[in-house]
This record gives sequence, C-alpha cells and structure tokens, in this order.
Amino acid sequence: MTTQSGTTEVQGEPSRAEAREGFDEITILWISEGMSCDGDTVSLTAAGQPSIEDVVLGLIPGLPKVNLVNKVLSPSLGGEDFLAPYRAAARGELEPFILVIEGSIPNQNIIEGDGYWTSFGNHPDTGEPQTLNEWIDDLAPRAWAVVAAGTCATFGGIHAMAGNPTGCMGLADYLGWDFKARSGLPVVNVPGCPIQPENFMETLVWVLQHAAGGAPPPPLDHMLRPQWLFGKTVHEGCDRAAYYEQADFARDYNSPKCQVKVGCWGPVVNCNVPKRGWMAGIGGCPNVGGICIGCTMPSFPDAFMPFMDEPPGGTLSTMVIRPYGAVIRRLRGLTNDMVNHEPRWRHNKRKLTSGYDPHWRA
Amino acid sequence: MTTTESRPTERKPAQLVDMSWDPITRIIGNLGIYTKIDFANREVVECHSTSSLFRGYSVFMKGKDPRDAGFITSRICGICGDNHTTCSNYAQQMAYGVKPPKLAEHITNLGEAAEYIFDHTIFQDNLVFVDFCEAMVKATNPGVLARAERTAAPRGDIHGYRTIADIMKAFNPFEGEVYKEALKVSRITREMFCLMEGRHVHPSTLYPGGVGTMPQPNTFTDYLSRLMRVIDFIKKAVAMNDDVFDFFYEALPGYEEVGKRRILLGCWGAFQNPDVVDYRYATMNEWGRAMYVTPGVIVDGQLVTNNLIDINLGLRIMLGSSFYEDWVNEEPFVTHDPLGNPVDMRHPWNQTTVPVPQKRDFEGNYSWVMSPRWYHPATGEHLALDTGGGPLARLWSTALSGLVDTPYVKATGGAIRITLPRGEKLPETTLEWRIPKWSNTLERDRARPYFIAYAAAMALQFLDEAMGMLRNGDTKVYENFEVPDESIGCGFHEAVRGVLSHHLVIRDKKIANYHPYPPTPWNASPRDIYGTPGPYEDAVQGQPIFEENGPDDFKGVDIMRTVRSFDPCLPCGVHMYMGKGKTLTTVHSPTYGANHG
Ligand code: SF4
Ligand code: SF4
Repeated sequence: MTTQSGTTEVQGEPSRAEAREGFDEITILWISEGMSCDGDTVSLTAAGQPSIEDVVLGLIPGLPKVNLVNKVLSPSLGGEDFLAPYRAAARGELEPFILVIEGSIPNQNIIEGDGYWTSFGNHPDTGEPQTLNEWIDDLAPRAWAVVAAGTCATFGGIHAMAGNPTGCMGLADYLGWDFKARSGLPVVNVPGCPIQPENFMETLVWVLQHAAGGAPPPPLDHMLRPQWLFGKTVHEGCDRAAYYEQADFARDYNSPKCQVKVGCWGPVVNCNVPKRGWMAGIGGCPNVGGICIGCTMPSFPDAFMPFMDEPPGGTLSTMVIRPYGAVIRRLRGLTNDMVNHEPRWRHNKRKLTSGYDPHWRA
Repeated sequence: MTTTESRPTERKPAQLVDMSWDPITRIIGNLGIYTKIDFANREVVECHSTSSLFRGYSVFMKGKDPRDAGFITSRICGICGDNHTTCSNYAQQMAYGVKPPKLAEHITNLGEAAEYIFDHTIFQDNLVFVDFCEAMVKATNPGVLARAERTAAPRGDIHGYRTIADIMKAFNPFEGEVYKEALKVSRITREMFCLMEGRHVHPSTLYPGGVGTMPQPNTFTDYLSRLMRVIDFIKKAVAMNDDVFDFFYEALPGYEEVGKRRILLGCWGAFQNPDVVDYRYATMNEWGRAMYVTPGVIVDGQLVTNNLIDINLGLRIMLGSSFYEDWVNEEPFVTHDPLGNPVDMRHPWNQTTVPVPQKRDFEGNYSWVMSPRWYHPATGEHLALDTGGGPLARLWSTALSGLVDTPYVKATGGAIRITLPRGEKLPETTLEWRIPKWSNTLERDRARPYFIAYAAAMALQFLDEAMGMLRNGDTKVYENFEVPDESIGCGFHEAVRGVLSHHLVIRDKKIANYHPYPPTPWNASPRDIYGTPGPYEDAVQGQPIFEENGPDDFKGVDIMRTVRSFDPCLPCGVHMYMGKGKTLTTVHSPTYGANHG
C-alpha cells in the first residue's frame, strides 16, 4: 500500500522490504496430539506481540504468506477434511511446510499388541487409530523446519516424569538430536510449560523470516533453544534479585523478598519470564510471588522436586553469597549444567525405564 | 425446504449410515464421535464417544511429595490448569489441616472468576458460535438463514444488531465483529487472571496454604479497570445469545429435542466463602453450602442434595468400555471417611489405575476415559450425571438451592438475578436467568453467557472485600503447615466446563494415591458396566437431525452443536465430518429414542 498526496493505491500483494530469495508461501502443520494439555496452543492465542491473527492475515511485513493448520484456529470442517493437508504433506504433495509438535512423544515400542497411547485421526484404509509416532515418521523427513512447542515436546516434560507408564520423551529424543530438517535447521525447541506466548511468536516469526529468505537461521544453543530467549537465568531478570544480593530472604510466601529459601530455582534456570512478564508485561513467576520450578528445563520436573523446598546448595550459596561471589558463580554453573540435561531414561527403545511399576500397591 | 416444515411423523424404512468425527477435541483427550444416522427418519440412532489419549497422572504422582500435587495436576489441562491447581490445594488443605488467610481466598476467587470469564468467552464466541454463524447456517439450513434475515432482533437496543442474521454475521470466524472482539476480550481477561495467579494456563502463585501474590492497591485496581472494560461486552453477549437461541426454537419447531437428556446434573460448587470455609471434612456440608456457587445433584428437576459429604460418598468410578485393569480386588486405601461412613471400593480414594493399551472395539473396550457415575442412595441407580457444559448445572444448582444472596447476585429458588454496574455505553443492568424446561443443547449454550455475567458480578464483590481488607492493613496471604505422616483429603471445585474433584491419600508423607476427576470424564465417558451410555453418547443418541443436507454433503451440525454444548474441554473447534458416509444397512423401524426422557 502506498500513499501519494491523499490518494491510496491498494496493491494485490503486500509490499516487502527488499527483494530476496525464499518462499512466498508456507504451510504450518501443527499437531498437538502428543501427550500434552494443549496449553501451548492456548498460550499462543494470548500473544499480542505479534498476535497469531496478524501473522496469518499477513500484517507482519517480510513473512511469506502463512497457511496455519491448527485445530484451534482452523475454519475447516475437520475430520478428514481437516486432516487433508496433513495427508497431502505425508504423500509429498504439499511443500514447503513447517511441522509444529505439541506434547511429548510416547514410546509405542513398549506396547505389545494393537494398543496405542495417543492417535491423530484414523488410517484411511483400516479405520484404526493412526498414532502420533506414525505421523511424525511420515512428516518430519519432509518438513522444511520442525518446531517443538512447549517443554513436553522439547524435552518430555511433566508426562515424562519418573514413574510414568508411557515412556514418553521429547521430539529430539525421538528424531535424534542430530536430526536436520530440509532447511538444514535442527529441531527448534521452544520450551516453557506452557510456552510464554511472545517467546513462541518471536521464534516463529524468525523462522518464517528465514523461510522468506530475509533472515539468517535463528541462533540456537546446545539444547536447541533460541539463544536470545534462554541465554540468561531467571535470577538475572528477577525483581527480587536485589534482595538476594543482600542475603535478605523470604521465610514464607507472604514476602516480597528473594524466594530462594522457599523453593525458587531462579539462579540456575534458563528463562526470561520474570523479565518479560507473562503477557503484555503482566504476571510472571518469582517477580510476582511464584517460585521458579524450572519449567523450561530439560530436567523438569524431576530435578526440581519437591518444588516448595529450598534447592540443594541454596543454603550454601545464600550463606556465602557476599564473600564468595566468584565461587558461587562456579558452583552455580555446575548446577546449571546438571539441570540442563535430560534424564537418560527418555528414549525410544523397547524397554520402559521410567521406574513405573503397575502393581505398586503391594 | 421451509424452516417450519414439520418433521416426518410416520416412520419410514431406516436408511442407516455410519458417520464419524475424529479428531474432535484435544485438551484432556483426543475425542472422536462415531454415530449411525437414519437419514430416512432424520435421527441419530447410535453414538459412541471415544478418547485416544492416555497420560497417566494418577499413576506417576504416586510416591511424590504431596505439596507438588497442584503444580503437577495443573498440567492436566491446558485451558483450565488453574482450576486443577485450586482444587488440588483445597484437597491438600483438608489433608494438612490448614486454612489460608481470607485475603488469599479472595485472590483465588478473583483468579477463578477471571478464568471463567476468559474461557467461557473464547469458547462461546470463537468456537461454539461458529455453529450458529451466518456461514454455517447458510451451509446447513439456508431456509433458516433466510428467515433470520427477515426477523428483527428483539434485544437490538442492547447489542445494536438489527436482525438475527446480522448477529449471525458478527460471529463469522475471523471476519465477524464479535468474533474478533471476543479474541481481544480473551486477552484482557487473561491479564486479569495473571494479576491474581501469575501466569495463565499453569498459574505460578498458588500454593497449598494460600497464595504468593503480593496484595497492593494496584493489584486490585488493575483488575477492576480491566473488568470494567469488558462489562458492556458481557451485557451484549447475553442479549445476543438470547436472541439467537430463542429464534432457533421458533424457526425450527422441535429443536428442543436436540441434545436433550433426562435432567441429571452435577455441580461441585465454586468460590469459597472466606468467612466460613475451614477445609475440615466434618464441616464440609456447612462450608460447601456457603460457597458462592452452590454444589448440588439434580435429578429430574429435583435437588437431591447439596451436601458435599453426600456428594463425595456417592462418587463411583466404573469401567465397562475403558482400556484399564479393574482394581476391585486390591486392598482399599480408605475404608471409612473421617466421620465413619463406609467408602466404596469404586470411590476415587480407592482407585488404582492400571492402563492396558489395546485395540479399539466399539462392541468391547473403546476409550481411555473411564465412566464416573454418582450412586443415588434412594433409587440405587448409578447416574451418568453431566455438567451441562458447566454453567447450566452451576446456575441450576445455585438457583434451586436458593442460598446465594449477595449484593450483586441473588438466587431465588427458580431463578438467579445478576446485577452489573454501568459501563461505558450501557446502564446498570439486571439479568435474570430462569430454570429452563429442558436440559438440552440450546440451554447449555444459553447458560454460558449468563455465567460469564455471574462471575463478573461475583468478582466485583470479591474486589470490594479484598480492597477493604487491604486498606485495613490485613495483607497476610499465606499460612504455614506441616505435611502429616498419614492423611486423606478431598477437594471440590468447578472447572470451567463443570465438576472437578481431587482425592488424595498420604502415607509416610508421600502421595500413596491421587485421583483428579475433571468434567470431561463425566461428560465424555463411554458405556459403563451396566451398559449406560455417557452423557455425550446419550445426548446425541436419538436426537433429531434438522440439517437440510443429505448423507453425501452432510456436515453433522446438529450433532456437533450438541457435543460442543458440553464444552468438550478445549478451546479448539470441534471439527466436523469425516468424509462421505458409508451406507450400512437399510432396516425397518429402529426403536431408538425410547431411552430419552
Ligand atoms: S526470587 Fe528466585 S530468581 Fe528472584 S532473586 Fe530470588 S532466587 Fe533469584
Ligand atoms: S520463571 Fe521458572 S517457572 Fe516461571 S516460566 Fe520461567 S522456568 Fe518456568
């Protein structure tokens, strides 16, 4: 759209900043049939910077035209009609597309017989439930990019905790951490239980700009998270950090002071929520009176439980905070390494290793 | 076809077609609806509801620190995770013997009120109403749309739309005015929520024993100013919904039969009264009745009980069509409640979940959902209670009990009067919801905007009281407690779409057993051991079909309206139509519908 002395000329195509190579149009195939609560889809609709409508309606310059296929927002009739683009993509007839997975990936290999942990529609030929795993096997190798939305899809999350019966895991555990999509990008992990709305939209916009040829690939860390979002700790963005510095700690949840003694894991968790707030700058975690339970981390939840107790090492660090700052930074680095790894029992082998015992009453 | 054409009275030879819609829902399960439809007589003959997702909370919570329960169970649901956290905290507070400070109860109530307003709005306007919007009605009942264009909207002075068709247009997805405004409203109301509970979907500031939210004047004024920004939207929503649903009864005589069930409603109560609640089991009847949404079991229009102790003892979790092993031969965890009443082996306190993945078989086991039922002591029936999508049961139970009497909301025995203050455009308004004649699709949907108004009105009261406390310097929001070695607890609450209970058994300071029962298992349950269908199945089975399309281009809008009227636990569209129907058999005179009262 250009404006010349009071007249408006409306062009058929939205204008773009510059000429570049890349796709003009791309489809997002979103599957939330992992083991999930669908909270990431719900969270996404809370984003205003930008909102999903703005992306879909073409109001963000520099993006390809986006066809979003997500059950929340799709005006499709559903069932086979809704599944049609997924089926076309699996046959290789729809390109390019970004595959977004929400929810952890169950281990089907531990099931004997015909059962399933989760499915997405039915096989057109047999009418039997089509498992999530079959869909991923069909779609991931053809996808231009693969995005894991939320901690369940990135690292397994709550449903992959110790004692779970489904043996579920994150997408990169399932596809392999060295998996590369057609674009050359590995799985793009956007953790958060659920995703912070704007964190997700920002990442998606970057991937889309990259698809349009207008941006380099997004910088990811060793756990495949966007660096600019997860490069700092909770603590580094927390309103209460000044109290921490003065070793002035809350004794219970009635206090505006640092919550490390009542369960906050902020010092070793990679997350920007206290700084950014939850939506439109409002809410968050330690900044508004919620302990950080490490919900963005690969080792969530097991490494952080019980949540309401002081993290191990918290006492040491709070006692020696001022005199031994450098030592603390090193210790904290060690703990940060520890919580930045997933438990080894998340895998796709034929054995369930989560510690589940079906007859635990005895 | 005219809109007032009467349905066939003489039965024709049945023309049965298999039709299914899968996937439908996503939040607590992947829902599929499988039906047989008789196109000759235009009715649904059979319905099965199936869920194909298992996640296993009651399994992996065993052995965990009980204080973690609220943080974990929030993750059951990606839209009403806060209802789970709240309910878990209620159950824990009973088990620990701790009573949170009053201000914490107000803050929790305010968070829950914002949640109800947010969730019901996005669900009704962006998902349910798509079934009643211009584009959909045009595709399914063009005659009805033509009539809507000629019909003046009776409440146009409130909502500003001239005809019924104008309202329908405003709900067209992505383009309609109301559709777009509802998305914006859903962000404002989520901000209100975050002010109280930190984060939306999985709250960060709720703990057993209270909240961590810092009470300051701006905590409450930030909330109030946002609430006032949506107050006129709420008044208009009620008026628009009433106009459209009244029109449907008029344009399609017999529409009251769509989704109609025997009146079997359950509500577990919401909004604790901070002056009364102490979380003790022994006094649960007293503080349960003091809640600002009154719990109750309603059978055939009569209130059977509003005593949470009776409600608790009547819970039964049945198998019959589900992928689990039975636990009936295990040792019970709890043989008697704290008052000495016997506790059944099928009660959640005694349940053991052992998943057995297997092939889906509609003649045998076909769902990951179990079948919760309520045992009616007077008749010995195991009732497949439904929640009416939440609002219908809440309003019905509250109205019948006649216990709520507050500055903004009054229950009168047969109705509820809700007063909302003056907004930017509209004056102070009193709305009245009256107990309807039927428990059916349209009344489930109609109740929803009224409950949005109800939640907004209650929020005003909680704000008044919280501000009063704050100004008096009473800012305590958390109370410490010890986790006992052995204990039991139960929490009763309303998730947005209906009844929610959490049952907890602690041994050696660890979780020995934990069972959350959200509304979806109640509504989406499959046939139980007695062959009793779950509420979706029962409501759809035997319902008439008004859609004008035949089997080849059938969309199933009447069926999807019914399923959606229960708010199937998700913010996503309930998706329609699986493909061309396959003609099964042509048989004479099926005898369906007989089980519908
Ligand atoms: S509350 Fe948590 S994140 Fe904030 S300063 Fe204390 S330890 Fe750090
Ligand atoms: S601050 Fe902690 S609990 Fe909050 S979102 Fe970040 S990682 Fe999760």
